[in-house]
Amino acid sequence: MEALININQLNLYYGAFHALKNVTLTIPEKAITAFIGPSGCGKSTLLRTLNRMNDMIPGTRIEGGLSIGGTEIYSNEVDVETLRKKVGMVFQQPNPFPKSIYDNVAYGPRLHGITGKKQLDEIVETSLKSAALWDEVKDHLKRSAFGLSGGQQQRLCIARALAVNPSILLMDEATSALDPISTLKIEELAQELKDKYTIVMVTHNMHQAARVSNQTVFFLNGEVVEYSETEKLFSNPSDQRTEDYISGRFG
Amino acid sequence: MMTKRKEFDQGLEQLHNLIIEMGNFVEQALADAIAALKKGDLEQAKEVIANDPKLNQMEEKITETGSRLIATQQPVAKDLRRILSAFKIASDLERMGDLAVDVAKVVQRLDGQPLIKPLIDLPRMAEIVQTMTYESIQSFIQENVDLAYKMAKDDDQVDALYGQITRELYSLMMENPRNITQASLLSFVGRYLERFGDHATNIGESVVYLVTGSRPDLNV
Repeated sequence: MEALININQLNLYYGAFHALKNVTLTIPEKAITAFIGPSGCGKSTLLRTLNRMNDMIPGTRIEGGLSIGGTEIYSNEVDVETLRKKVGMVFQQPNPFPKSIYDNVAYGPRLHGITGKKQLDEIVETSLKSAALWDEVKDHLKRSAFGLSGGQQQRLCIARALAVNPSILLMDEATSALDPISTLKIEELAQELKDKYTIVMVTHNMHQAARVSNQTVFFLNGEVVEYSETEKLFSNPSDQRTEDYISGRFG
Repeated sequence: MMTKRKEFDQGLEQLHNLIIEMGNFVEQALADAIAALKKGDLEQAKEVIANDPKLNQMEEKITETGSRLIATQQPVAKDLRRILSAFKIASDLERMGDLAVDVAKVVQRLDGQPLIKPLIDLPRMAEIVQTMTYESIQSFIQENVDLAYKMAKDDDQVDALYGQITRELYSLMMENPRNITQASLLSFVGRYLERFGDHATNIGESVVYLVTGSRPDLNV
């Protein structure tokens, strides 16, 4: 697997707080990488640096290298909108727009200048199919997205992210507000999507990381403690702190 | 660091104690069976056989406790290896108990008749496998990989003695066909003890797996 994301000696500060310390990681493409660790360990912070969501938090300072596909994403030439088109994100709470199902998915493509109805129809259909939602909504695309269940709304948000044709999909606790069945659907979906997309997920549910991801990174106090194949990390971790965390001794 | 897994840890401790209990039980069962063989003591042999169901119950208890922990606690890493090793060790110990019963049954079939030869090598073999059993359980208690390897090495002596005993018994059979029944029974005992040693070695393998996560073959 090719490394798509290269993080090199990355340090991030929220004001005086040193949130990420010398993080060095390579994330392979077309695979699922999970970030785990106790609250405040820096996993979500790192996820948000991948599409520069932290830019919006005042007092954030970042040092070190972070490149995606060879491009340093914190360099001045990088257009953040273009970056976020390439690096889509799904959040903890499903956050559909107060619009129809169709318009939710078509929103991104329209923003990026696509107006032809035929082309939009096609994008909406492909995206909803990719998000495993098409069969459930194809007959009422004009209905409000708020009428969908939580799990459907989350898949809609995934479809919306896919509609702008990203190469990376970030999932920040994307199933923590969902019931077990919807959670499993999203997990299965992630498994399917990894053939086409690079997925990075933050999860508090260690067993989700164990079930779904190919690689797992364990963070503690802003540092990477262990990064290995998921199977290895959950069966025979190298670091005692990893062992203690995944066995529920702290965190 | 705060521990917040009281029930889980209690379950794991229960497994640990059951393994030790089974280990002690098996050591005693073999010692009694061999003592009964030496003395031709039918009463003692009967007792070894009658006690065996207790060992089976302990194994069942381990299966039950371990399954419950897997179902309810979703163990990973060393916790998971601890439970898997407990299953494996319990099954080895249960087989060892059966082998002690097999020795006791030989005592019953000999039915007090005088032995065709004084027992020297079989008790020596028994002594080594008893030590191996003790050390295998100690290596489990201390999570001592070195001791597990050392114990497994003793199995070579057991195998060598077994070869010696069978050769000797074969020549006794050839000397006099009337020796055949007793000689084959005694060679069965040799076989049982040799298997006993292999199971102790298996326990050593489980200990190495528990501690390191890799599965070596100590039975070579």
